[in-house]
Formats: sequence, structure tokens, C-alpha cells
Amino acid sequence: MAGIVIVGAGQGGLQAAISLRQEGYEGTITLIGAEDGLPYQRPPLSKAYLKSGDAEALRLRPETFFEKSDITLRSGLWVDRIDRAGRTVHAGAEVFAYDHLILATGTRNLRPPIDGVERALDLRTLDDAKKLREVLSTPQRCAVIGGGFIGLEFAAVARGLGHEVAVAEAADRLMARVVSPEMSQRFLDLHHGLGTAVHLGAAAQGVTRDAMHLADGSEVAADVVLLAAGVRPNTELAAEAGLAVDNGVVVDAQLLTGDPAISALGDCAVFPDPATGRAVRLESVQAATDHARLIARRLVKGDSDGYGAVPWFWSDQADWKLQIAGLSAPGDDTAVRADGAVFRFAGDRLSSVETINNAKTHMQTRKRLGQGPVSRAALKAADLDIAAV
Amino acid sequence: MVKVIYVAKDGTRTEVKAQVGDTVMQTALDNDVAGIVGECGGSMMCATCHCYVDDAWTDAAGPRKDGEDDMLDCAADEVKETSRLSCQIQLTPELNGLVVHLPEDQV
Repeated sequence: MAGIVIVGAGQGGLQAAISLRQEGYEGTITLIGAEDGLPYQRPPLSKAYLKSGDAEALRLRPETFFEKSDITLRSGLWVDRIDRAGRTVHAGAEVFAYDHLILATGTRNLRPPIDGVERALDLRTLDDAKKLREVLSTPQRCAVIGGGFIGLEFAAVARGLGHEVAVAEAADRLMARVVSPEMSQRFLDLHHGLGTAVHLGAAAQGVTRDAMHLADGSEVAADVVLLAAGVRPNTELAAEAGLAVDNGVVVDAQLLTGDPAISALGDCAVFPDPATGRAVRLESVQAATDHARLIARRLVKGDSDGYGAVPWFWSDQADWKLQIAGLSAPGDDTAVRADGAVFRFAGDRLSSVETINNAKTHMQTRKRLGQGPVSRAALKAADLDIAAV
Repeated sequence: MVKVIYVAKDGTRTEVKAQVGDTVMQTALDNDVAGIVGECGGSMMCATCHCYVDDAWTDAAGPRKDGEDDMLDCAADEVKETSRLSCQIQLTPELNGLVVHLPEDQV
């Protein structure tokens, strides 16, 4: 028995190791991570950590956990290639044999071809966040490239600390990929209210020592520029091993690649959306951990259930907690309830519900969508009360 | 330092030393206490750190916080009057000796 090798020691990779042991797997588990140190949570890097600087609070499990659970953690080790025929993973001179391989390689920051982009800082790893905290310890003019979750969470924290902040978003609204136009507008108002300058339809074209340059020729004075223009999945290992890759490592409803000895999970995996069958790739703790649990059940117990978890997402910006239950496409219809909850529809089907500081509706939606699809007509008849349909 | 005692479903007691200011969830994770998952890291986005505060400690632990009820609605195990999200219980000197009982399932 060669055991199970997991490439990627983020929250999903770690969860796979934990779940394998919880399900009763007794073989060897090797968890290989490119970053140094113990696995940690990324979501707080752009939220609580930026404010508190408490790195210990990010740690997912203490070192003793790995000994107790007999999980071999290899941090700071970069995997070079997979030999599928030999069922081995190669990292420099080291070779790890596997019966099953789990790819949990995550994503890396997209670095668009912008002049001077090497001057811009990232916010993806703990090291990135440490650097940003150092920069924010003295007054700065901050410019952010990208008006998505990360860019806006950073902007809110930086404004809260009293820095000048400008955000440049190439699309015509904020968080366009993930929320409704109504929600984009509310968050635009929030950030304006915080005193942040938001430039929409404004692609960044260059970064210089003291400015961010926009495509329309204007420039925004900036001492520090954060690049938060999205991510790309780490698929090179899979692609070089001949596995199908299409905006991520392609897997089926069991989260298996075309090779029955290799699974993929989390941010790097493209899987069939349970609600639509459409191939999707989600960047979320929820998908990473739910994927991990399904893979563990399949490998240990032989479960053949297809993946069916309801997606959920959150973002903390100033004192607003945005919560999304379900998954919508940018063109989905919207209906806004009197209390502000935004219901989104793909045709007749409820695709997601977006709320701000309304955990009740969020949890009701997660629960309800887990039981099966909800029709627009039924929801309309119930005055958009998700608990009543 | 304060003492926290976690009682698993099968009756196993785990006693750990904890820092004042830490949460009951973080303390469990830091000490390898099985039975607390804490998937969202204390962001109140899940209910995988569900615990039952021992009857003797419910007053000291205080009432549920804003939004906690709503999250507990989605807990995997039975929700009782003493149910709390352990990420929302911050340790104070008054909670020295706190006893919490853990549910069988968190997910």
C-alpha cells in the first residue's frame, strides 16, 4: 500500500487528510504544501488578519495534530511532476508513491499584462498579508486594481485605518462576476460612503512609483498598489500529466479526473454544478471542504454519491457581511424583497439569494436549496419567503 | 490561563488550559480536541463548532449572540436550549473551569 498523497496543503487539502482519517482510512497520508509552515485559513487575510495581525488565529490545526493523526505534512515542498504510469509524485529529488492522488493545488494571482505590474503587491498568502500590514503601518495612498471581494475587503480595511483608497474596476460594476447589479450598487454606495474613490469601467494600464494609470489616460496618485484582479487555477501539474484541463482540472460528479487514481478538489477543480450540470470552478472554503469530504467518503467507504452541496460565499466589508447562498450567472434575473434580500433566478429556478447582515435568510436558503430546486412561481406566491416554500 | 473541559458524546473528558480572550472553538482546535470543526474560522458562516454549555455554566457563558440562533438552525445535531456556537464564547476569568458537551455530528 503506497497510501494517499495530497498535493496542496490549503484548507481543502488539509480537510481531505482530516476526513480520510475520520472515515477510518488507515494507510499513509502525505500532505504536500508549497508554502512554509502549518496550513492556515486564507479568508481572514483580507479581513480580520489585516486589522489584527494575529497569525496564530489563522492556523487550522496545531503541529501536534499531524503527529496524533499520523498525517505526514511536508511544507515548503514544490511538486514538479506526476508520473501517472508509475503512480508517483516527484518533488526535486524526492519521490512519493501513491495509490490515490488528490490535487488540491488551488490558484495563484492573475498578473495581467500591465506596465510596471511587478510593483504591485498581492494579497493571497500570509506573507503577502504581512507585507501589506507593514505598508499600512504608516499613512499611504492606496490604489487597488480590481473591485472584487479581495480588493474591496482590503479597501474597507485600509479606509478604516485612515488611508486614502482608490479602486479601479474594469467592469461597469463591482463584484460583477458574483453578485447582482442591485448588490453591486449597494456596495458602491457603501464604499463611496467610506470615502473610497471607485473608478468603474476603468482598466488599469500601468503602475509607476507614485501612481496607478488607467486606460482612459487618467492617473490615480498612489504610494502602494494592490493587484486584486482575480486568480488562475494551478493546473500545470495536471496538464503536464495529460489530464483534461479547462479553466481548472476537469473532474466528474465524483470529483475524479479521467484517471481513476487521481481526484481534484477546491479552487483548482472544474466540476459539474449540481443545480445545472454546467462545468464550474468555485473559489470558496465551502467547495474545498465539501469536495474533500466527498472524496474521503468515496475512497474509504466506497460511496458513489455525486457531489450535491449548496454553494455559499461571504465577504466582510466594513460592518457589512455579504452572504450568498446558491450560485448565479451574471445575467440571472433579480427580485428584491422589502428587507433588501436579493433573489436571483435562472429562468424559473431560484439560483441564489444575496443578503447583507441577514444570517437568517441566508441559512434558510442554504437549508432549502439543499432539499431541492425552488421555483420562481412558488417563491412569488409566498412573497419571497424562502422558509415557506 | 483558564481551564476548559470538553465532554465528547461518549463521555470522554478532555481538560485543556486556555488563554483568556480566546474562544472555546479556537481553544479546541489548538488542543486537538476532536468534535469541533470550525470550518469558517469563527466568521459565523457555518454551524460546525456547535456545543452544549453544561447546565452549571449557562449563566456564566451568557446568552447567544446576534445571528447565532440563525446559524444553529443549520446545525447537524439536535439544537437544545444550551446550544451555542463555540466560536462565539470568548473565555473570561469567570469561565475558568467551563464545561461544554460536544454533539456527535458537526457536518
